[in-house]
Amino acid sequence: MPGNEVNSTLSKSTGLPRKRFYRARAHSNPLSDSHFPVPISPSHVDYSLHYPEYFPPSDQANNPKKIQFADIGCGFGGLLISLSTLFPETLMIGMELRDKVTEYVKERVLALRAANPGQYHNVSVVRTNSMKYIPNYFEKAQLTKMFFLFPDPHFKEKNHRRRVISPHLLDEYAYALEVGGIIYTITDVEELGDWMKSCLENHPMFEALTEEELEGDPCVKLLGTATEEGQKVARNGGQTYRAVYRRTALSDQTPQT
Amino acid sequence: MEEGEANKESEVAPALIAVHPSQKSVAVAVGPTLRVFDLHAGSAASLIDDSSVPFHRDSIRAIRFGSKGRLLVSAGDDKTVRIWSTENWRCICTVSSEKRVSAVAISNDGSYVCFADKFGVVWVVDLAGCDGDQPLVDKKATPLLSHYCSIITNLEFSPDGRFIISADRDFKIRVTIFPNKPLSGAHEIQSFCLGHTEFVSCIAFIHDQDCPQGLLISGGGDSTVRLWDPSSGELLDTCEVAVKAGVAESNDDAKEHAYAVTDLCSIMDGSLVAVALQSLHGIILLKCNLSARTLLVAKVISIAGEAFVPTCLGTSSCTGILWMVTGVSSLPGSVARVRAISGFDVEQDPAVVEDDKIPGGEKLLETLQGSTSVDENAFMAAAEAVKTAMCNLLIKKQYSTENRETRKRTRNDRKLKTQQS
Repeated sequence: MPGNEVNSTLSKSTGLPRKRFYRARAHSNPLSDSHFPVPISPSHVDYSLHYPEYFPPSDQANNPKKIQFADIGCGFGGLLISLSTLFPETLMIGMELRDKVTEYVKERVLALRAANPGQYHNVSVVRTNSMKYIPNYFEKAQLTKMFFLFPDPHFKEKNHRRRVISPHLLDEYAYALEVGGIIYTITDVEELGDWMKSCLENHPMFEALTEEELEGDPCVKLLGTATEEGQKVARNGGQTYRAVYRRTALSDQTPQT
Repeated sequence: MEEGEANKESEVAPALIAVHPSQKSVAVAVGPTLRVFDLHAGSAASLIDDSSVPFHRDSIRAIRFGSKGRLLVSAGDDKTVRIWSTENWRCICTVSSEKRVSAVAISNDGSYVCFADKFGVVWVVDLAGCDGDQPLVDKKATPLLSHYCSIITNLEFSPDGRFIISADRDFKIRVTIFPNKPLSGAHEIQSFCLGHTEFVSCIAFIHDQDCPQGLLISGGGDSTVRLWDPSSGELLDTCEVAVKAGVAESNDDAKEHAYAVTDLCSIMDGSLVAVALQSLHGIILLKCNLSARTLLVAKVISIAGEAFVPTCLGTSSCTGILWMVTGVSSLPGSVARVRAISGFDVEQDPAVVEDDKIPGGEKLLETLQGSTSVDENAFMAAAEAVKTAMCNLLIKKQYSTENRETRKRTRNDRKLKTQQS
């Protein structure tokens, strides 16, 4: 029976997991105490579990490859799937707080790997609270791109500290990103769009990309189209607000007088 | 456990001690009471507080002298930070906090006071204009950095003043570059020191002439003391103190949180670290080799003839006397017990100082303890209360799967559904 159950959550025609078996609430409280395992430090992240093709169990710790893209709050994983083929040699991970959704993405990646030999081995997902545990997964300057697509808007002022882009959390993202690394944000909520933009604008370690740079960046095109949430917005003809910023070196190095 | 009971216990605050950097005075805080004994004058210092709401109204959670000895800072559950001048013991500045305060630190040059609240935000106060001779000023604090919603247990400046270190209950130690203009925030994270498998309760620096920037030591709920390189975040050594010192039988005992490290304190310049553990009657002395970057248990110093589990340790950088206090805010009359250990500097064994030999003598004990006669049983109960409070506050509550499922089932929105189906 349990075997059947697992199979029935996969679509017969495509072999992909069916979303209706992974329904979850749209929101999750990032402040509540979490009870999932968290790696003690980035060196404890088990790469062979996430990327068995790159890290076969036989030769542990020989591959110097590290995760370079992080999709924070990856949801059902639409962006990751698109990025995976666009950057086939880059390891990328999705971080999602909702248990069931994470399970869905896990199944989806496995199904895609099975259906497309040689592809999708560079993508994985982990259930975690990225607002708390970014330093447990990534070393300083390890990441080259971070994605924050359609995050929870948390409208109430009381709940603004739950927003995933906030002045103090940007310090941690700046730590995980290399100098020159890029942070991508997009939302369909104008108020949140303004908030994210002003947080990034006011942070001394981020600068906005120019129009030309945005034009030339293949990831920017994916922001509004690749994810399930983005497609929904597009279907309904909604407007989106994006902010794309580059991590810069801190200029405030003038000696104390 | 009932919710109310848990809350009540976490209200209990341990007694704290702080020693002036050149041992001109010693301060003890028990509950809302702050007591200072002036060793130069040989008498109790009378604190003067002209604030609109003078003195602390709730348990004090942190006290600390500035490294130059001009300031004493106290802060706690009443959401105020009070800055005292050690010249005249006047409160020169009161700062309001939005949340309860869990830790304080003073920058090495004495120009900034930093404090952490229970939501994980570290605030900075610019002391410019705060002077012992001037009337009381109300200062506003500015946010400096933040641990995302985690209780910050300890704050520390590195000896060279480059870094501010914050430790939290999510096993993390964050090393942040202390900026030239702290009022616009500390954005550049130097490193994270990750390795503890439970809350981090205390941090301290250990340094000497050969290593002026110093190494970081930390103690935590996992009964270990760890040695770190703060610039890289590299874990250099781990000492399972409870097991190594023969206090706990095995690592399993340690896992029960019975021997969480409550406080640690580096003694003199250099190599010795005093460690206080829950349930340990005395202290463990560790030897830190700064060039080999190792930590070893040197000695267990037990306190004979008395049940004494220190809740806080303090020392001054020059004298080589380790001061210890035990007590808890819930004791009637806010009594505490103060003891000292001396003899770290010479080639003799460090020994517990008898009450009549303690600097300041009976008078000091009377001032700081709140009473000369102390009931030993009360302090055993106190140590137990502190232990429970610390666990309740800092250890994540683990619910069994069934427990969680039950709660999910009884959720109001689910109830409706079940009735309908």
